[in-house]
Amino acid sequence: MSATNAITTPALDTPEAWSLPYRGTVGMAALIIAESAIFTIFVVAYLFYLGKSLTGPIPRDVLETPIFYTICLLSSSLTIHFAGKFLALDRRGGFLGLWMLTIVLGALFLYGTGHEWHRLIYEHGLTISTNLFGTTYYSLVGLHAFHVTAGLVMLCIVLTFGLAGRLGRDQCARVGVLSLYWHFVDSVWVVVFTVVYIVRR
Amino acid sequence: MSSDAMAIRNVQVGGQPWVQTLHEWVTTVDHKQLGILYILYALTFLVIGGVEAVIIRIQLMYPHNHFVSPQVFNRMFTMHGTTMIFFVAMPVLFGFANYLVPLMIGARDMAFPRLNAFSFWLTALGGFLLYFSFLGGNGLYGAGNAPDIGWWAYAPLPSRAFSPGFSSDYWTIAVLVSGFGSIGTAINLIATILCLRCPGMRLSRMPLLAWLTLVMSGMVLIAITPLSAAQIMLLVDRYLGGHFFDTQAGGSATLWMHFFWIFGHPEVYILIIPCFAFMSEIVPVFSRKPIFGYPVMVAATVCIAFVSMSVWAHHIFTIGMNSYANSFFAITSMLVGVPTGIKIFNWLGTMWGGKIQFKTPMLFCIAFLFQFLIAGLTGIMLASAPFDWQLGLSYFVVAHFHYVIVGGILFALFAAFYYWYPKITGRMLSERLGKIHFWLFVLGFHMTFDVMHIPGLLGMPRRIYTYEPGRGWDTMNLIVSIGAFIQGIAVLVFVANLVVSYWKGDTAGNDPWDAWTLEWSVSSPPPAYNFASIPTVASRRPLWDLKHPEDPDSRYE
Repeated sequence: MSATNAITTPALDTPEAWSLPYRGTVGMAALIIAESAIFTIFVVAYLFYLGKSLTGPIPRDVLETPIFYTICLLSSSLTIHFAGKFLALDRRGGFLGLWMLTIVLGALFLYGTGHEWHRLIYEHGLTISTNLFGTTYYSLVGLHAFHVTAGLVMLCIVLTFGLAGRLGRDQCARVGVLSLYWHFVDSVWVVVFTVVYIVRR
Repeated sequence: MSSDAMAIRNVQVGGQPWVQTLHEWVTTVDHKQLGILYILYALTFLVIGGVEAVIIRIQLMYPHNHFVSPQVFNRMFTMHGTTMIFFVAMPVLFGFANYLVPLMIGARDMAFPRLNAFSFWLTALGGFLLYFSFLGGNGLYGAGNAPDIGWWAYAPLPSRAFSPGFSSDYWTIAVLVSGFGSIGTAINLIATILCLRCPGMRLSRMPLLAWLTLVMSGMVLIAITPLSAAQIMLLVDRYLGGHFFDTQAGGSATLWMHFFWIFGHPEVYILIIPCFAFMSEIVPVFSRKPIFGYPVMVAATVCIAFVSMSVWAHHIFTIGMNSYANSFFAITSMLVGVPTGIKIFNWLGTMWGGKIQFKTPMLFCIAFLFQFLIAGLTGIMLASAPFDWQLGLSYFVVAHFHYVIVGGILFALFAAFYYWYPKITGRMLSERLGKIHFWLFVLGFHMTFDVMHIPGLLGMPRRIYTYEPGRGWDTMNLIVSIGAFIQGIAVLVFVANLVVSYWKGDTAGNDPWDAWTLEWSVSSPPPAYNFASIPTVASRRPLWDLKHPEDPDSRYE
């Protein structure tokens, strides 16, 4: 058969039932896989260099376990989850309240990180260039804090739309994508918390 | 009002002004235009990277040659490697994926069109930054200074002490930025393939190109990201005084090697899997048979993706690891040969008993089969740790991976160009020039890369600036260099074919190859919206069903 223009788009007489996943969720899931790989490399570097610093300070002497701020961040996963539920029911008040609470909890966590860094820098003289512990610690925790910050910015954008009365049930799926990201940031903290504060040597 | 009408008619006759055309291309979010931009961008860098290769080969043509200085030679092999991997192979494959995947799965665009444009321009910025280092590598001091640390940038070479100025920073940021572009495109392709398939296009009915692109994109997510992480660490070292790869502060140079090759080896499969995809689309059409063993092809691809994640350290056998690590990485590396072998047999099975048409795309595919087999065999040799201790970092390795990248990837790419050019432009590429291109390239390729194994076996190290006469390398290197020139001429024939056929080629029509996948059901070039009505499919070969209603595939699948 030579060049032909007679071909048309194929169509079936009886198309089958057809449903596909939401592209936002799939895209975010793919982003989370990619981000997990980045965090894995930083965690590996942290663990590989644990106890290999040639000079002090070392984790055992200077780190304090941030229990309160960890509780803040982890509970923000619950608040964002229920905020989504309220949005699905079209209960704006409940959604906005819980959404703002999520932002406050996330901001508290960031304050906690900042406070700890301030203490480490000014009381213990530990900076990113002090030793291997400083390099790996600030990079890993900083990478996570960067993701929290990016999350907070996006949460604030959604809040602005919410306060302007532009959010309803229709945006439920999109808000769900953002909350998926937030859950990811929280679960990364579980890993970071474990390797930095529990496995400290 | 008549003058307005006149003006409109004039615009139609003369085409739109070039500023408007330029604006349209720069701001486009259409997957076909972005695909073409990716491909043109990669072709530009292919020529640049090719010129660098020719400079390397002129320098190595004779012993004691001084065509370029040692410093320039270092820059040339660094830029050649970085360019060919990050700014030729990746963008050209993403370009084809971008162009073909939505058409093949019956979608009107990618899942995230703006992310698609963003990813392309990130990649473009990366290439620009890398080459800007020729001008700005020394900052405002004037003289340029391209990166000269090799494309692996082994620590401590990229540290401040050994790499002053900004050339290494341009390299780092170029690779980092284009990596982000690749991750964006991979996310986009995954979402497109999983969420935008037309009704009836189940995963088990997707064209193999879409399947293999899905696997490749998944690999990009977990293989490119370690490189991004390592580049961030390198920037921390260079700009914030960190010690990740600073051996004097207890840091480890070996860690960089591991991080680099955790990226580096899967990267080879990220590049070859789309080429397997081209093979799996082109070989059946020119054998006039459906692909042999479709489910096994998918399974073998997924298998390659998994195994390739655990083979990276065979690149660093020579740095010395313990015997457990050596055995593990030797065995996993050899294991990759199994699913790859399955694929080769499946293509042979597809050709077996078929009415093979020796058109140019098929010629490149057949050459691919032979050459990729040989590349795989030398790969299994190098996967054996003791053999690698002898020949690692020699020209034998250079010959091996060029056999993969040129003999495999580039040949499959040429096949893809000849096969899909009619769809993209509406014109056929010249068969006569195509045959000249093919035979010249086969000749040049084998002169260069067959012969290159021998100086490697005789002990010629890679990245060597020049060599003493009388070691048995002289004639070999001369032949290798002549082969490189022949390949260069063949590429010029190819470029001439692309340009001339765009205006002078035969009109292609919708379906010049009598093929079976959805992209051939629309006009060439396809309209901006791809499909006037979204198609529905009932088998893996929807156009076969359409052309042969008396005996459709859907009856057997």
